[in-house]
Amino acid sequence: MALQLFRNWQGQSLEWIIAECREVVEDTDFSTVKRWREAGGKVLGHFQVYFPEEIAHAAGMLPLKIRGAAIEPTHADSHFGSYLCSILKTSLELVLSKKVELDMFVTHPICDAARNLAAIWGRNFDYPCQILYLPQNANSTASATYLSEEYARVQAEIEAITGNKVTVEALNNSLSVYNENRSLLRQLYEIKRKQPWLISAYEAYLLTNVGGLILREEHNELLKAAILLIETRPTKRQDKIRVVFEGGFCEQPPLDLIRTISQSCYVVDDDLLIGLRWILEDVSLEGDPLFNLAEAYLEKSSYSPVQHDARKPKEKMLLERISNAGASAAIITAAKMCEPGLEDQVAYTKALDEKGIPYFVSEFEESMTSFDQMEIQLETFTENILFG
Amino acid sequence: MTETKKVDIVGRGNVEGANLFRDWFAELTEAAKNNQGAAYVFVMGSMAELLKTFDFPLVFPEITALQTAVRRVADEYLTVAEDYGYSPDICGYVKADLGVHLREREHPMGKIPKPALTVLTNACNTYVKWAEIWERMYGIPLFVLDVPATRQAGGQFQPGSSDFARDCKYVEAQIRELITLCENTTGKKFDIDRLRETLSYANDMNTGWKRVLELNKSKPSLFNALTDGTAYLGVSNNFRGTKEGSQFFKNLVEEMEYKAANGIGTQTEEKYRLAFVGVPCYPIFRRFSEMFTEWGGAFVHSTYLHFASGGANMGFEYDVNRPIESLAEGALISIRDAMDSMFHHDRMIINMVKDYELDGVVYHPIKSCRTVSTGLADGRRAMMAATDTPSLFIESDMMDKRVVSEAQMKNRADAFFEGLASRRLTAAKTA
Repeated sequence: MALQLFRNWQGQSLEWIIAECREVVEDTDFSTVKRWREAGGKVLGHFQVYFPEEIAHAAGMLPLKIRGAAIEPTHADSHFGSYLCSILKTSLELVLSKKVELDMFVTHPICDAARNLAAIWGRNFDYPCQILYLPQNANSTASATYLSEEYARVQAEIEAITGNKVTVEALNNSLSVYNENRSLLRQLYEIKRKQPWLISAYEAYLLTNVGGLILREEHNELLKAAILLIETRPTKRQDKIRVVFEGGFCEQPPLDLIRTISQSCYVVDDDLLIGLRWILEDVSLEGDPLFNLAEAYLEKSSYSPVQHDARKPKEKMLLERISNAGASAAIITAAKMCEPGLEDQVAYTKALDEKGIPYFVSEFEESMTSFDQMEIQLETFTENILFG
Repeated sequence: MTETKKVDIVGRGNVEGANLFRDWFAELTEAAKNNQGAAYVFVMGSMAELLKTFDFPLVFPEITALQTAVRRVADEYLTVAEDYGYSPDICGYVKADLGVHLREREHPMGKIPKPALTVLTNACNTYVKWAEIWERMYGIPLFVLDVPATRQAGGQFQPGSSDFARDCKYVEAQIRELITLCENTTGKKFDIDRLRETLSYANDMNTGWKRVLELNKSKPSLFNALTDGTAYLGVSNNFRGTKEGSQFFKNLVEEMEYKAANGIGTQTEEKYRLAFVGVPCYPIFRRFSEMFTEWGGAFVHSTYLHFASGGANMGFEYDVNRPIESLAEGALISIRDAMDSMFHHDRMIINMVKDYELDGVVYHPIKSCRTVSTGLADGRRAMMAATDTPSLFIESDMMDKRVVSEAQMKNRADAFFEGLASRRLTAAKTA
């Protein structure tokens, strides 16, 4: 691997690595992306939640997860009205302010607001700004074929931008890289579930999050090194409740909110940046790679409020997540003004009520800076469970 | 003779529309009384043409919800839903409808039957979240007809291209699965001849709707796109694929052609020709319109008449000799256009400025609907850069009067018209 976008972590302690990850994740100048561009690389920005990064990777582009930032939408504000979630505005701000420069932008029909982004972006930039119509009918027998053909269409767009023809070999190589990445993330989450005292939700989140900003090969190296360090970490088990965190599938909660929660609870599973972990098993390397990728999106995947699948009612999936992680409670959050998140909060809380599982409900915004009140509420919540 | 015809024909559309609307509610009430399961569908792609062949009563929850706002009782239903746990920041239609269901489906205009299934498209993501509520409440099947829309501005796949054929094949496969679902739900065998019949009626409605919209290029304009247009939309949706709907639009075309030929406008003095972009302000529907008509402002067109008709404005004509394939093509072309009217509205408005000789454009983003509202500010920038047409941007809601500030809106509307008047004066002086 010739180019290193993320530096200064090799050979360092876990704490050092995590601190460096925070630097990268909080870097609103996106230095890793700038390094890539300075080396002549092209960048495909894709909005939350899921994008088949393997296709861009196989063409030699840097797939960049666009997930907003903790910045003021100074330029973007005049492009939007009120009553919208923050991530929309700060994502556009990143490109209007030239903090991030792209060669292609792709959004998805995840929600009513996000699906507007291709048109908004396209009115302001000359590069291709598209919507990838991931199937909203996950249960049709025609969906996997449709999606693989849609992936082929996107691949052709990417080839036109890069000038690189994507071969089956290149795609399979990218699938291998991403299979390894997902496997490593599963290992990280397995540690969270089994020995949550070894790695806090905040730390695991940083290790995961940085993957959306660097080459996936680099992320694999980072995760391998970090997992070794985590497994040998001399951390003692504490008397904390085990919770599942739900509500981080799109707009990301502030880091300090996740840290605040980590201080009170063991977050043994979550849906933070679920797009990076959407596919739950290795994608097959036999046969048509695009079809395999499409089929995995539909058949070997997680759940979120922005995909309807009759096989995966959200509240049932949450209860399974809680049960599989051995959690005793849930933190049910939603980004402010996030229609799907806020709607599913009701289904979640009703299901939790029915099962007698305690939960803590909150809303967040990426620009939040004060967590004192939440910390007190959360402490009360956990104490009630521990000592109630 | 001419005077007699005028008396008979002018305003007929509104009278007939109101009657049909009451008939629709009466049919729903009767179905509820008989415990008949309805198909719950949405305006942007109801698939009425197919569902009617299975004799489903069609419930349009967007329409029943907005009626609570027009009748000024929406707040009661919104409160019920918010007490149940729903946030003030989600779609008001969803909450008003849930309020109706939590009140045993009692509605100010009648009784709503229980759902037997729900069919929705991806034209609005909230449709899915909304239908999931009924799925949980009633344990009914939920069918999403996924219609791939325009991927990039200006890049619509055209019939004859392989991309179009691919999308069409996907839609057709889903329609065939929907037929199976309907057969399983009703126990009735699909009747392709009945589909030919409903498609034929829908053809009359589509071509009629397209013609009516075109006729409003007349000067003076023939109908108010905001108020009259919404009444016509009600028929376009509730009676889609029916004999009554077909006749209504034939009559409406006749009325509009008569008005055009005789120079009969919708208001006494049309000073400014306007387009409306967004969803109407139903909590103060009449008053909102008057803020503009009082100044001589006439809404000659609206993006609402495109997307809320499910793209019927395209005037798509089904080929009844290959009904299922043609239904797929029509759904793709029409529903895709409905989405384009929301996401790429700037292109539509820029064309409208010229075609309809607009003096101004009114943008009305609303809290409840992010599908329609998210891109309006940006689209307005593009429209103003391309046409130098004055515009007004006022935010409120389609359901929730807590975010409707009538006085503030009126101030903004007054200032807008003062600006239009001043602009016209300056232009006259320079000429």
